[in-house]
Amino acid sequence: MDLSTLTIAEARDALRKGELTSVDLTDAYLTAAEASDALNAYTTKTPEQARDMAAAADARIKAGDAPAMCGIPIGVKDLYAVEGVATQAASNILAGFKPQYESTVTGNLWSSGAVMLGKLNMDEFAMGSSNITSAYGPAISPWRRAGDETPITPGGSSGGSAAAVAADLCLGATASDTGGSIRQPAAFTGTVGIKPTYGRCSRWGMVAFASSLDQAGPVTKTVRDAAIMLGAMAGYDPKDSTSANLPVPDFEAALTGDIRGKTIGIPREYRVEGMSETLDTLWREGAEMLRDAGATIVDISLPHTKYALPTYYIIAPAEASSNLSRYDGVKYGHRATLAQGDGITDMYEKTRAEGFGEEVQRRVMLGAYVLSAGFYDAYYVRAQKVRTLIKRDFELAFGDGVDAILAPATPSAAWGLGEMQTDDPVQMYLEDVFTVPLNLAGLPGVSVPAGLNRQGLPLGLQLIGRPWEEGDLLNIAGALETAVGFTAKPERWW
Amino acid sequence: MTELTYTAPKPKVIPGATGDWEIVIGMEVHAQVKSEAKLFSGASTKFGAEPNSNVSLVDAAMPGMLPVINEYCVEQAVRTGLGLKAEINLYSRFDRKNYFYPDLPQGYQISQLYHPIVGEGEVLVDMEPGVARRVRIERIHLEQDAGKSVHDMDPTMSFVDLNRTGVALMEIVSRPDIRGPEEAAEYVRKLRQILRYLGTCDGNMQEGSMRADVNVSVCRPGDYERYQESQDFSHLGTRCEIKNMNSMRFIQAAIEYEARRQIAILEDGGSIDQETRLYDAAKNETRSMRSKEEAHDYRYFPDPDLLPLEIDQAWVDEIGAGLPELPDEKRARFVLDFGMTEYDASVLTAEVASADFFEKVAAGRDGKMAANWVINELFGRLNKEDIALSDSPVSAEQLGGIIDLIGQKVISGKIAKDLFEIVWTEGGDPAKIVEERGMKQVTDTGAIEAAVDEIIAGNPAQVEKAKGNPKLAGWFVGQVMKATGGKANPQAVQDIVRSKLGLE
Repeated sequence: MDLSTLTIAEARDALRKGELTSVDLTDAYLTAAEASDALNAYTTKTPEQARDMAAAADARIKAGDAPAMCGIPIGVKDLYAVEGVATQAASNILAGFKPQYESTVTGNLWSSGAVMLGKLNMDEFAMGSSNITSAYGPAISPWRRAGDETPITPGGSSGGSAAAVAADLCLGATASDTGGSIRQPAAFTGTVGIKPTYGRCSRWGMVAFASSLDQAGPVTKTVRDAAIMLGAMAGYDPKDSTSANLPVPDFEAALTGDIRGKTIGIPREYRVEGMSETLDTLWREGAEMLRDAGATIVDISLPHTKYALPTYYIIAPAEASSNLSRYDGVKYGHRATLAQGDGITDMYEKTRAEGFGEEVQRRVMLGAYVLSAGFYDAYYVRAQKVRTLIKRDFELAFGDGVDAILAPATPSAAWGLGEMQTDDPVQMYLEDVFTVPLNLAGLPGVSVPAGLNRQGLPLGLQLIGRPWEEGDLLNIAGALETAVGFTAKPERWW
Repeated sequence: MTELTYTAPKPKVIPGATGDWEIVIGMEVHAQVKSEAKLFSGASTKFGAEPNSNVSLVDAAMPGMLPVINEYCVEQAVRTGLGLKAEINLYSRFDRKNYFYPDLPQGYQISQLYHPIVGEGEVLVDMEPGVARRVRIERIHLEQDAGKSVHDMDPTMSFVDLNRTGVALMEIVSRPDIRGPEEAAEYVRKLRQILRYLGTCDGNMQEGSMRADVNVSVCRPGDYERYQESQDFSHLGTRCEIKNMNSMRFIQAAIEYEARRQIAILEDGGSIDQETRLYDAAKNETRSMRSKEEAHDYRYFPDPDLLPLEIDQAWVDEIGAGLPELPDEKRARFVLDFGMTEYDASVLTAEVASADFFEKVAAGRDGKMAANWVINELFGRLNKEDIALSDSPVSAEQLGGIIDLIGQKVISGKIAKDLFEIVWTEGGDPAKIVEERGMKQVTDTGAIEAAVDEIIAGNPAQVEKAKGNPKLAGWFVGQVMKATGGKANPQAVQDIVRSKLGLE
């Protein structure tokens, strides 16, 4: 059995049938992870923990108590607090921080029997679209352009998660999505990434970037795996006031493959200037595939789409500037070495200047600015009003009978490291144009591999669903996945 | 409900070189919500614990921690609002007030700037019987307290104690309706009394359970009335805010000082800078802490970790139905039902416990007499010996027993005081003590007559004098009382003496 190509669903079935032990499966992935340093996907590996958890999982399976993720080795984005394991959100300011607590989402996964291989790289505090803001250095995509050795970004912020899943360094990975941080890396790496409805997963123990936008979700190899893993992560948590007190349906059971009678909306505002021809073609083909599977395709309008990016880049930094105030050198993490006579203000300034990277500093400043006296109404309050309009665009579309919306996940394929003008952060922000509207509206969205571009890099299509109907959304995504039949894998070079 | 009528007190006038001045005061009182747990975490609020022992992960602002509202604190805020006859906002919201300080681990305080839970209410501030100021409450909002920074334990380091971090406070904001230093102190006293009645704050000012920020400005006579007509604050002068006062005496002294400081500047042709000041009790002066220009930009915005706080009218009504009788109502009832003075009623209603004690004593007895005994004998004695009512050696039942014995003419008022002394020091059932120690009043006229005869027989000279001067009858009464050890019924002695001396 080639353990590296297994999906979560296949591994689960094999484990349950006794054809495989979690200890063996875990060892295979630990070996793969060990040999993957060129990808810089793992920031911390936890082999001892992994073996203990695998043995415990095998015992559970033997005892006939095998929940969905039992025995499945996964990676965890460095954003999630894992008890006793370095948790830094890829930031120097959390240097040496090992939480005494377990995030709700990872706790749910461990209860479900999942096995932790280690922590995964990401953009610092999840701020970025190419993983280059990580204090650990960027994660590298296992994908390369045909005949070109330029390192390619796996995207961000969940770049480590996407790279690890694409390179078969784990069966699935936790990720998080504030403005596209699950869907964009998934699209860049030929993997599946779902951001569920805001409130579906608890944010407790997940290092906060922008509280009203942050949402946990998995990156996996297939839609079915996404359904399984999301089901294990999700659930009401009284410790998170914004988590929804709703039962978690069986997402996997929703994967019937039957999408006859579904209405799929194609938003005209997502056809943007400079979009690659291949992507445009894949988008059109994707729509045709869904039609062939029995869905009705309709053109829809989401008129406030163009305001989504500026709205996002006011609200997200505003919340971040406040959320990151706790990193002050007083309680945990990095504290600057002070000079004789330095006072508390010096300690704050030096600690934060040393601890935060450039992009984080930029967003903290942006956020402080838009919230400051005299600007609050013009920026923050206005952005909240526009946010309501963006949300209403979707509500109207769904109200007209649309079941899901099909759009590209990103305007282009992944770029080579250093190719994106890093001195122009706005250029980078524009990469989020298709993903941020969902975060603003709190809607679920899933990125599914759609094909390769001419250079051999993956492209993804995004399906946007009704709130709390991730099951239906995943079913449509599954139909698309089946129709596309994406089987490409990166050639191993690391 | 019964209400007493009041007239407003005169505003304090400070004569200056250029004419009279008046003071205008508005207050922000921070009252710690009486609750076992903190506002957004399950950590204990117990005062005096080991430093940093009542700290949850949320209080320490660990990465990824989230606040969850403590419903009981909300209930307490609603109760407080209802007790101040205020409007309860069924929709309120929490905002973040951002600033850096080591005892503020989150880097922001969760407060309610834009949509507070309680709206307009009022407090009746009693100055003297029949005179009281109605001070309008603008709003009450819930917020987190900060921790404590300790700077004097080490020459190079500061220490932080997070025990108080995240404890729930109610900030009670008044309108600028307070018109003098005494009124300000009385306002805090009354607020404290109401909160203690409601059980929403223990009012312990030494422990910091109540602290006040005092806004003071001065204006000319007539300006305040102009403000009232126009609602234009510019008539009230530029205000300074004196921060963090935790004693009524200091509040009064600080306002007095601050008003005179402002008047001196204005009379000198200067102008007042709007600023935050601190009161130095040792020097009895206020000092500038930061100017308006140095004021923080707190970058308030709605806390995205918390949903808007929406409560039901039915729940508010339920809390309202469980409200205790409040000081104003209780005092009015005491005046009207027991016929006591407003002053006595105020003394008895100062605390729920004292009012309850009195009502127990007064039940089925003469109210005025009960008030008299509770205030003059018991409270007087407790005060003198610095004993709390809860530790009183004389219970309400015992005091009631003593009063019963007077009412039944078993003992005289004088003997009653001796009896009180015995109960105070030795305890016991008053009726039994009287019985056992032969303290019963002698009402047997035969015995009294014998005693009177004896005194008359032994003092012929006095008898002669008394016949000419009836006032001397009192001397005979005194002698008889002495001879009977005070147990003779004084009225009976009086009657018999007068008749034997032929004075009728």
